[in-house]
Amino acid sequence: MSPTDVPALAVEGVAYAYPDGHTALRRVDLTLAPGERVALLGPNGAGKTTLILHLNGILLPTTGEVHVGGLPVTKPNLREIRRRVGIVFQDPDDQLFMPTVRDDVAFGPANLGVRDEALDKTVAEALEAVGMADAADRPPHHLSFGQRRRVALATVLAMDPQLLVLDEPTSNLDPAARRDLADILVALPVTALIATHDLPYALELCPRTVILDEGTIVADGPTAEILADAALLAAHRLELPYGFDPRRL
Amino acid sequence: MSGGHGHAHGLYRPGATAVHGLAPQVKVAATLAFVFAVVATPREAFWAFGVDALLLVVVARLAAMPLLLLVRRLVIELPFLTFALFLPLVGEAPHTEVLGLSLSEPGLWGAWNILAKGTLGVAATILLASTTSVAELLVGLDRLHVPRVFTAIAGFMVRYAEVITGEARRMRIARLSRGYDPRWLWQGRALAATAGTLFIRSFERGERIHVAMLSRGFAGELPPARSAAAGGDAAGADRRARLLAALVPAVAAAAALTAWITA
Repeated sequence: MSPTDVPALAVEGVAYAYPDGHTALRRVDLTLAPGERVALLGPNGAGKTTLILHLNGILLPTTGEVHVGGLPVTKPNLREIRRRVGIVFQDPDDQLFMPTVRDDVAFGPANLGVRDEALDKTVAEALEAVGMADAADRPPHHLSFGQRRRVALATVLAMDPQLLVLDEPTSNLDPAARRDLADILVALPVTALIATHDLPYALELCPRTVILDEGTIVADGPTAEILADAALLAAHRLELPYGFDPRRL
Repeated sequence: MSGGHGHAHGLYRPGATAVHGLAPQVKVAATLAFVFAVVATPREAFWAFGVDALLLVVVARLAAMPLLLLVRRLVIELPFLTFALFLPLVGEAPHTEVLGLSLSEPGLWGAWNILAKGTLGVAATILLASTTSVAELLVGLDRLHVPRVFTAIAGFMVRYAEVITGEARRMRIARLSRGYDPRWLWQGRALAATAGTLFIRSFERGERIHVAMLSRGFAGELPPARSAAAGGDAAGADRRARLLAALVPAVAAAAALTAWITA
């Protein structure tokens, strides 16, 4: 098998129950080819965040396996897995915890052992990629929400991930910040899984969509086809914005 | 954090003076040494305190810090000084007559001691905080080999103070919006519930932050704080600045020593 045949992400038969017995994932099978951008849709409580936490081993499946670039997500591999998988969490205030933007973006690569000039270069490039190079010495809490989300993306890009995972990237963003983020994401040459309630965003950014509901993948196909299936959307508590018709784009 | 709106920058006043440019660890060490020298000065040596005050005025001028602002920020020590105010009233004999009040002489000396040393110490700290950003301070403490755990705790505190006060403010507005405005202690039930909720929320946020840290390869040890602004490591001009910084506590210490010898 040549390296390009190895899926960027392979989730096989993953089930997970929380310690209190609540079953969050019943059975998830999902494969992402390298370079693919895929939208992960589903109602609240479908298990999206739980699935995301499996992709870098924060949670380990009760049954089933996760592979990232061919490497199984197991305890001995966690360090390499977390370098390969970059997760941008929903609340940037959870992700940005260092005194300055520069320190925060440096946190991930520094954990990987990058130091001095190489670290400065990595930080500068990551901030450049999200258009936040000017903010390096500012404390995160002095930035606007949209800027914080971009810096949160930079903290992950600084680790040069092979798989980028975003949890609700457009929540609480104003339309301009939402647009800026889309432009940045489209320009990134990286495999991405984007969990969102923002269906037009999914259509714009992701050629492929999967729907997760009640802990299992219930639909997987081209985004335009899935969004055109009103019955499917309604069955899983999803709805297009008023007046939005994916077939007329 | 009394500002409430917008961005509370704390005490820091950005600037480009020699004092601002000084490496943070030098400033922290000089401030600490100065405070020790002041505390070690005998309370009878009024002239030595005069020298100390003069040193601070010189540093304030160098840092382009308006003296009036410095004095205004000194207000923070007032609650502590009220304690000193009681000493002359409750102190022991001998007593002396001031404006018709019988005041204890040891008490007066005690009050003066607290007032003079407290004011000088607070003023020095205010100068440090006004010329050094929080991020730089943390770098300075780190370079002085303060355990990383302490600088990390301080860093997290500064980072999340605003997030949590923001949360508290929103909860208060939501409470007021439902017509609940407690004024007295016995109406504090909802207030206590708010505090509890805030605690739980902060705890949960802590868990989420920890997950975010793990996701970026955190393995139990924080990387050193590093801010480009906290440079000041160039030779030459910087060496002179460091020498001047060392001069401040040195002069204060010399004054204290002279006062002890001549006393």
